[in-house]
Amino acid sequence: MAASLRLLVRRLARLSHRSITSAAANVSWRSGCCLGPSSSRCLSDAAEDRSTHFGFETVSEAEKAKRVYKVFENVAQKYDIMNDAMSLGVHRLWKDILLHAMHPQPGARLLDVAGGTGDISFRFLDYVNYQQERQKRRATGSSQSLSWQDISDKYPEEDRPQESRAVVCDINKEMLKVGKQRADSMGIISGVSWVVGDAEELPFDDDQFDIYTIAFGIRNVTHINQALLEAFRVLKPGGRFMCLEFSKVTNPVLASLYDAYSFQVIPVLGEVIAGDWKSYQYLVESIRKFPDQEEFKGMIEDAGFCCVQYFNFTGGVVALHSGFKL
Amino acid sequence: VRAHRLHTGSAEPTYSCYDGLYPGHIQTTSFQKVLLTVGSGVAALQDPYRHDMVAVLGETTGHLALLNLRDRMRNDPEGYTILTERPRIRLSTLDLELMASLPDGSFGREYLRFLEDNKVTPDSRAEVKFVDNEELAYIMLRYREVHDLLHTLLGMPTNMLGEVAVKWFEAAQTGLPMCALGAVLGPLRLNSSRLESLFTSLGPWALQNGRRARCVLCIFYERRWEQSLEDLRQELNIEPPPVILRASNKRNT
Repeated sequence: MAASLRLLVRRLARLSHRSITSAAANVSWRSGCCLGPSSSRCLSDAAEDRSTHFGFETVSEAEKAKRVYKVFENVAQKYDIMNDAMSLGVHRLWKDILLHAMHPQPGARLLDVAGGTGDISFRFLDYVNYQQERQKRRATGSSQSLSWQDISDKYPEEDRPQESRAVVCDINKEMLKVGKQRADSMGIISGVSWVVGDAEELPFDDDQFDIYTIAFGIRNVTHINQALLEAFRVLKPGGRFMCLEFSKVTNPVLASLYDAYSFQVIPVLGEVIAGDWKSYQYLVESIRKFPDQEEFKGMIEDAGFCCVQYFNFTGGVVALHSGFKL
Repeated sequence: VRAHRLHTGSAEPTYSCYDGLYPGHIQTTSFQKVLLTVGSGVAALQDPYRHDMVAVLGETTGHLALLNLRDRMRNDPEGYTILTERPRIRLSTLDLELMASLPDGSFGREYLRFLEDNKVTPDSRAEVKFVDNEELAYIMLRYREVHDLLHTLLGMPTNMLGEVAVKWFEAAQTGLPMCALGAVLGPLRLNSSRLESLFTSLGPWALQNGRRARCVLCIFYERRWEQSLEDLRQELNIEPPPVILRASNKRNT
């Protein structure tokens, strides 16, 4: 309760300093007069009045969150297999490129929102461990010409490795469960924590993380602007926001092939592999409802990020948006 | 993942806005139906316990057989009643206490015994999704719901041999390609003694009876619980099984 009030006040303060775009104006500012014990009720009533999209369907905002939860609850067990089947393994490349663009250094703290089954976090840990090994090797390499005494003095302390930590935050417990199982089977015992949380209201203090990522999750959030504002809040100054998401394909030939594939093949794959046509129908429809690269870039800038850029992969099928909190 | 597949008669409010001819209907193009046939066939072969895939295969390939069944039902007075009244066989519609109180040898009592011995429930049938005609979708659903009753009528348990025998009967009766496929591929998973039993006695019995029996979908079973099983078999022109199979070893491959 207190956290949401704080959030509201901060949001009001921030928005009074910046021009409000049409997207942000969707948030009901009449709640300014509802500050007090009734504010949460005010906001929830408003949520039921307003409608939003669930794929190509129109639903109330309160219902959207519930239905998205159900979708991911149903697909959690087969999520990774389906990703490989639908993208023919290419999603792994997209995520690898995200990590290379991120180029995290040992000691970095990552918040992986909508991180579900942990793909980004596991890659992050691999990457920083690799970086750490390289640094160690370089350090020991530079001490080759010294005496044995000096070498043993200079050996990097094994007991104080720079601790990189990844926090996987997801609203869906089933997805986190699958992620934890994967971590166990991969033998990852430290470096990752699993937190249940809503991207629109993160359970973390301000200025906590070096990097915030959200991979293929932000289009499922009901209020994308709120999620962006929360990302801004929890990042340290100098921190980086990175978002991997399906976006608009500009080339018309590729676009029609992509559409045909999305609507004809993907739901069938969903039915055969996961036994769930409708969830995958929702997923391909939600991609079409998500703003395009430029519009999303504008939304990120409105949240306060600077130096916002985007990179298209696979002809625009996926876009990586990046911004900094300065 | 079979998730929570309800086959309620009422529309799930969440998907009522989808353009479907009946609750649970998913519109598909011919291309998608072909993909579904191939995909579900492969999935069902890899894992025969994926009943949802067997169901999907049946739906995508069964159009002609369903039309044929509909004609047979329309031409039969009791079948016609079923098409108009659309009864459903579910735990919520069955009066289990009444059925338990019926005498041994009555259809209702034997059906209940079958459910208990084999530890199955009538509520585990997948809903129909890919049949593009509302009446045919009901016939498909009725066929699925009658399947357990067939087990009782034929005296077959739910182990692999029993299921294959029932599939042979259904293939001869309905002509559904999925039944024919199950009839052909099912025996591949049987050991040699069961295969022998199938080919020498059970199989021919199932095929013959499937061909000569009255259309099993045309019987209003819900009104015949008190009828004796023997009586019902005679009416349907089904001989009792040549071999008594036990329900004890369930799911034996």
